[in-house]
Order: sequence, then structure tokens, then C-alpha cells
Amino acid sequence: MTGAVVTRRPVEKKLGLATRDAYGQALAELGKKNSKIVVLDADLSSSTRTSAFAKLFPERFFNVGIAEANMVGLAGGLASSGKIPFISSFACFLVCKGYDQLRMAVALPKLNVKVVTSHGGISVGEDGSSQQSIEDVALMSSLPNFTVIVPSDEHSTRALVTEAGGTEGPVYIRTGRPKAPVIHGPSTPVKMGKGILVRSGSDVTLAANGLLVWEALLAAEQLQKEGVSAAVVDMHTIKPLDESLLVSQAEATGAFVVAEEHSVWGGLGSAVSQALSRLHPVPVEFVGIQDTYAESGQPEELFKKYGLTAADIAQAARRAVKRKKK
Amino acid sequence: MRKEVIRMLEKSASGHPGGSLSAADIVTSLYFNVMRYDPKNPHWEDRDRFVLSKGHGCPILYAAMAKAGYFPQEWLSTLRKTGSPLQGHPDQRFIPALEASTGSLGQGLSVSCGIALAGVMDKKDYRTYCLMSDGETEEGQTWEAVAFAGFHKLDRLIAIVDYNKFQLDGALKDILDMEPFKAKWESFRWHVQEVDGHSIPQVLQAIEQAKAHKGQPHLIIAHTVKGKGVSFMENNNYFHGVAPTSEEAQAALKELDGDPSLSQALIAAGKVKKGSK
Repeated sequence: MTGAVVTRRPVEKKLGLATRDAYGQALAELGKKNSKIVVLDADLSSSTRTSAFAKLFPERFFNVGIAEANMVGLAGGLASSGKIPFISSFACFLVCKGYDQLRMAVALPKLNVKVVTSHGGISVGEDGSSQQSIEDVALMSSLPNFTVIVPSDEHSTRALVTEAGGTEGPVYIRTGRPKAPVIHGPSTPVKMGKGILVRSGSDVTLAANGLLVWEALLAAEQLQKEGVSAAVVDMHTIKPLDESLLVSQAEATGAFVVAEEHSVWGGLGSAVSQALSRLHPVPVEFVGIQDTYAESGQPEELFKKYGLTAADIAQAARRAVKRKKK
Repeated sequence: MRKEVIRMLEKSASGHPGGSLSAADIVTSLYFNVMRYDPKNPHWEDRDRFVLSKGHGCPILYAAMAKAGYFPQEWLSTLRKTGSPLQGHPDQRFIPALEASTGSLGQGLSVSCGIALAGVMDKKDYRTYCLMSDGETEEGQTWEAVAFAGFHKLDRLIAIVDYNKFQLDGALKDILDMEPFKAKWESFRWHVQEVDGHSIPQVLQAIEQAKAHKGQPHLIIAHTVKGKGVSFMENNNYFHGVAPTSEEAQAALKELDGDPSLSQALIAAGKVKKGSK
């Protein structure tokens, strides 16, 4: 458990930067401090926000063209030559089109490549299912040697991108398109591999990442009105998973909901339930995309339609608590 | 070198003789006449880099690295055995001196471009040599990398295609003919030469010409014979991915020593299996 502030006060929605914007800022700052950082983008730099780095360091930025597979291979070659490549595109394109390359040229030789994608999940919105990545966490988690992270807000994104830049080895970070509600205070410690207890509670733990951390906080408020005390944990790092925090929360609350903007197959839910079933079995319910592709629409509407809202998390929490009482 | 390949594959009882033998003269040229390296300091930052994009041809690379002093000659007899550093396809976890882990075709040129690009950024004068198979140019990623290198004028990158005209299931011309091959690369802004890939003087001369030519990446199309040096393996695609039996290995070794009698006897006895044409 980290020393995060644990709050019970009503949550106030304050929109911060999109996590992709926070990535762009953090990357530019990293570039100032470390001349080994090289950034590659497959022609989406204005969307992934690597454009901020490109403006400051044009000699260390390459738009490789619409060629993700080659981009990953280039990163492998750069990393083996001592550079620290950050490579970016939309999550679906980089991970799916570059997957064999991520496997062979990055994961297997354990090279110092940072893969930071934008447009994770269905909050991409109107562009529709071809642009909405719901599989990337599953795919990246199954690659040995990769750390896999889905940050929830601007502060944690900045902290995690900065830490990744200074940590040897392959790291995957998924950012999102829309503005993200502020979850963490500017002084909250955020470390790779360490979950953050955002709100304490005694009846159920809501473990979430990305935009679903905010929804989980709203759900906890709803549940509190019903007399259910819900803890909220920001599990930004899927791999390596903070098992000790999961166990302490399982001991403290005896039930879990895992919520993520990803397929229920192979994401945070799978990782958490695998850990809990081994270490401290408790009822676990899952909020995520139910083995389907989504569609075009406004992100809020899509969250409702595909079951990713606070109401869905609260409903899942009621189910988990009920199972516990049996 | 060819004899090492035969001995290694006989012991491992699996592996790819054909493409190792076709690449033998190219790899020999690079390791013993061209490249700058120090086996005692394998990560020397000014070394020339060699990427074996056609990872299945690794027996010939291992033979060269052992002869160059990267590891003991005795390792060669452990090829493909559990616990051996000599993996079935090159794996940097086991031999950190390798420049890339390969075996999924079509990727080595991208990695080579990354290495060459780092050299440009760091104003280094090392060269990056990428040995590719003809078959792997059927992979789309190859052409992403070809376009990248041409556009970025990576003139310290020298790719060599071991053009032995065969892939696993048969001849390129019957499966996915990449001709006109030279013109394709030239249209992607590469400087292209064609040589007899079994003539070491021709290979060396082409590399010298590539070094002298600035402003473009270089391709050397090395026309080769799959299985070169062992008559019953030459252009016999059975030996793409099947190791020789001990009888075959004995005949091959004798032939490589200048006495083809055992090979001729095998052929005459109808004992040589034939692959797809």
C-alpha cells in the first residue's frame, strides 16, 4: 500500500488533461533531460502528442510513415545501439500491426524500448471500432519482459512515463483520447507496479485503471448512500501486478470488482482474479467490454451502452457483496 | 565453414542446411575479409554490425563466430540442444554478441535500419550488414524497411540477399515471384549490385563499391545455389529444413574435402530424398 491520501469526501469532477496530453508533456520534459531519448511515430504524432517532442527535438524525432511493423524493428535497432526509443501510435495499430515485431525485436531481447500508445479503449468515440483498442492490454501482458500500464489521469501519467524513461527494459503504457478527470493530487506518489488506494472502504474493493478509476469513485459514492462501504484502488500497472495490495484489500473487504476499458478477456480483470484465486480467493465481478466490438458514438454514450459506467460498477459491487454474504 | 555446418547439423539432427550452405561464402567474406570487430569486446561501439535476418541460416553464422573467437569451437556440437547457447534461431539472450534475435522472417532489415540510424545520429562510421533470404522479401515489413532506408539515405547500410531462388515449399518463381527484383529495390532508391554469391572476390568487390558509393543504402543481390558445395543438396529443397543423416553427412564432408565419391554413390543408389522444385 502506498502512502496515498485516502479520502471519503464526496468526489468533485475536475477534468484534467487527457492522458495522451500528459504523455506528450512528460516526453518533452524527458527529452530535455536525456539526449538518448529518440521518438518514433507512425504518422499520428499530432494525435499521440509526440508532436511536442518533435518540435523541441526534430533531430531525435522520426515520423517513420504509416509503417508500424518497421517502426518497432527500428526501435529494436536503436535500443540495441544505446538509444532509448519511445514509439507511439494508436493502441490498436501499434500493438496489433507491430505485435510480432514487439515480440521478436523488443520483448525477447528485453530491449529498452518504451511503447506508449494513445486512443486506448472505446472512449475514442466517433471514429468507431476500427480505432478503438480493446485487446492491447491482453496482447501486451502476454509478452514476457514487458511492464504494462494503463494510467488514470494526468498526474499519474506524467509520473509513470517519467519513471519508465528512467527504467531499463520494455514498458507499455496505454493512454486515452478524452480529457480525464483528476484522480490524484500533484504530490501523490505513483510508482510502476504499485497500486494506489484512492479511497478506503470495508465491504468491497473496486479495482480499476484508466478512465474507470473515476467511474469507480462515483460508484463508491452511490454505494455509500446504500450503506455499502467501497474502497477504490487505481491498479494502473497490470504487470507486474501489485499482489500485496490485492491481498490486503481482499483481507480488508472480502470482495472485488475489477473495472477496465478493455475486453474482459485478458485485461486487468483476468490478472486480478488470477492473483486472488491463488493468494486470497474472494468473490470477483468484472466490468469491461463483454467480448464484443463497440461502435461510433460519444464516449459517455458508449460507456453506457457497453456497461462501463459508475452504475455498472455499483451493480457489480452489489453482486460481489451478495456473493460474499452467502 | 561448410564442413562445420554439416557436422553441426548432423549432431543436432534438425536444422536448415540449404540456406546455410548458400550463404557460406557471403558470411565468410564478411567475417574474415570485411567487418571490423573485436570478439573480446563484442559491444565495442565502433564495431561493424551483422544482422542475420534469415535466422534459420544460423549454423553458418555460429561457425563464423566460433572461428572468429566469439565462443569456443566446442559449442558448435551443442547446436539446438537443451541448455545450449546455440539456439535453433539466433537469440541474444544466449549470445549477447548477436546484434538481433531473428527467426521471424522479414524483420531483420528494420532492426538493421535502426542500428544504421543510430550510427548516423551518433556520427559513427560503422557499417551495418544485413543478410536476408530471397523468400523473406515476400514479407510486407521488408518493404517498409526498404522504403525507410532509401528515403533516409542510410548509406552505411549494406543488405545482402542470399538469392538461392527457393523457399520452404518450393521455388520463388512458382510461389511468389519477386522479379523484377533489382528494379524493385532501385525504385525504392537503393544502390543495387548483382554478384555470384559463391565468388568471394565478387562479393568483396561489390562491398568495396558499396562503400565508395554515397547517398543510398546498398543491396548486393548474391546469386547463390541452395545447398552449395554438396552435390546431392544443391538445388534440392528437401534439405531446406532437414538435417543430413550420418551417412549423408559423411558423404558431404568427404565431398567438401574434394572427394565426391560417396555423394555420387548415394545418388546412384537412389538414396537421396528430393524436395519440392
